[in-house]
Amino acid sequence: MFESEFMRLALAAGAIVGVLAPAVGFFLVQRRQSLVGDGIGHVAFAGVAAGILLDVSPILTALVAAVLGGVAIELLRSRGGAAGDQALAIVFYTGIALGVVLVAEAGALNVDLFQYLFGSILTITRSDLVLIAVLGAVGVAMIVLLYRAFAAVIIDEEGARVAGLPIGALNVALAALAAVTIALSMRVVGILLVAALMVLPVSAAGRVAWSMRSTLVLSTGIGLACAIAGLTVSYYADLPPGGTIVLTAAGVYLVALGMSAVRGR
Amino acid sequence: MSLAVLLAGVSFGYRPGQRVLEDVNLRLGEGEFVAVAGPNGGGKTTLMRILLGLERPTAGTALLFGEPAHRYSGGRPLGYLAQRSVVGGDAPTTVREVVAAGRVMPRRIVGRRTPDDGQLVADAIERVGLAAVADAPLRTLSGGMQQRAFIAKALAARPALLVLDEPTTGVDAESQESLAELLADLHGELGVTIVYVSHEFGAVEHHVQRIVLVRRTIVFDGAPHDLPGMWHDPGHVHVRE
Repeated sequence: MFESEFMRLALAAGAIVGVLAPAVGFFLVQRRQSLVGDGIGHVAFAGVAAGILLDVSPILTALVAAVLGGVAIELLRSRGGAAGDQALAIVFYTGIALGVVLVAEAGALNVDLFQYLFGSILTITRSDLVLIAVLGAVGVAMIVLLYRAFAAVIIDEEGARVAGLPIGALNVALAALAAVTIALSMRVVGILLVAALMVLPVSAAGRVAWSMRSTLVLSTGIGLACAIAGLTVSYYADLPPGGTIVLTAAGVYLVALGMSAVRGR
Repeated sequence: MSLAVLLAGVSFGYRPGQRVLEDVNLRLGEGEFVAVAGPNGGGKTTLMRILLGLERPTAGTALLFGEPAHRYSGGRPLGYLAQRSVVGGDAPTTVREVVAAGRVMPRRIVGRRTPDDGQLVADAIERVGLAAVADAPLRTLSGGMQQRAFIAKALAARPALLVLDEPTTGVDAESQESLAELLADLHGELGVTIVYVSHEFGAVEHHVQRIVLVRRTIVFDGAPHDLPGMWHDPGHVHVRE
């Protein structure tokens, strides 16, 4: 499969997404915001539709929409008086409704759109990969630099507030990071499944890890392995890549669940 | 003695017309070990939240090391132990990771841990007697040990002010006694200003220099031996007419 250019591009993109999605998802899961990725994904769908309608790169418009959606969820949650899941629901449904209207307006209910919804290894170009690599590097750098602060907020939010940490700014940074991850992951796993890659490897790692840091590292390892294995299987078995990657991650979760049950945790 | 906390004419209500606190005046000097007590619903937790800057007084002034408490810059580190401190998230967080979170400061948000941080974290764990379980996940430890981990987290910040909210809730009598001794040691050796908020004095009554009783306003402020007998049970505290 390495002879085909599209597959090399897909594997490279898959590897980046496989590492970044669980790394960002780790912080969302620990903050009990596992579904935020899904909400942002639906706003990204509106962004894709806008890109098709305006004839500009759907990845860029999805990126802008996702960042706006992620920040909106956070601001509604923290300042708008809407409880966590309500803020998510408001943005989630507005995003998908906007997407449906824009798609109809663009007359784009076709294969192009499906590539974004379900992912497509065939459509990743060199310039897509460059964009994914640059955004991926920015994401990883943000996580490395802000890991201690994010961890401090997860461990003891009130304590972090008393210590004077800028909780609001850190939450907005995390929402923006999640949005960037979703925008760059959608070509590989698709908008409908991107959130799964942010949650399943983390849940699996949490079953077998021995510390917070090891949970994060194992999550990224599992994400990377699932992305590569899922893409390989999808290539040989002619299956949709997003679904195959996520089913692989679900399988790993079941194995981890079994391992933790055997160890009596 | 310079002041760690100054509350002047502080009143507070969570909604208009409500008076949880009324005309509270309190000065806490640096290096004092003070118990703030009172009945449940008497406003002591609100008072603590105001002095930490987590709430803004409806009227009056709250200063923390000379700065408005709600806009405190974090120049002098604060340690805070919440009631029933439990670690957030589902990941198996170790004692060392919890304590290391105490080293994340407003001016050092970005970046990695320094060797100094590592040493201060190890010292704090040692001081609370958890060195043997430093790398164990917190959730595998007893309630008393988990509480000690959070105290170590507060200590790792090298706090100028340590505030504990109902630290005896859900902790057995033996752990309460050893907590009181630990706080007395910290106060004696490091000179940390300690505010111990509780509905009961418990074991700390013998260690604190000063007791403040709160029931909407401050009804007693003085040394433990000056406390009228019936007020040793703060449930009996009544507002002076």
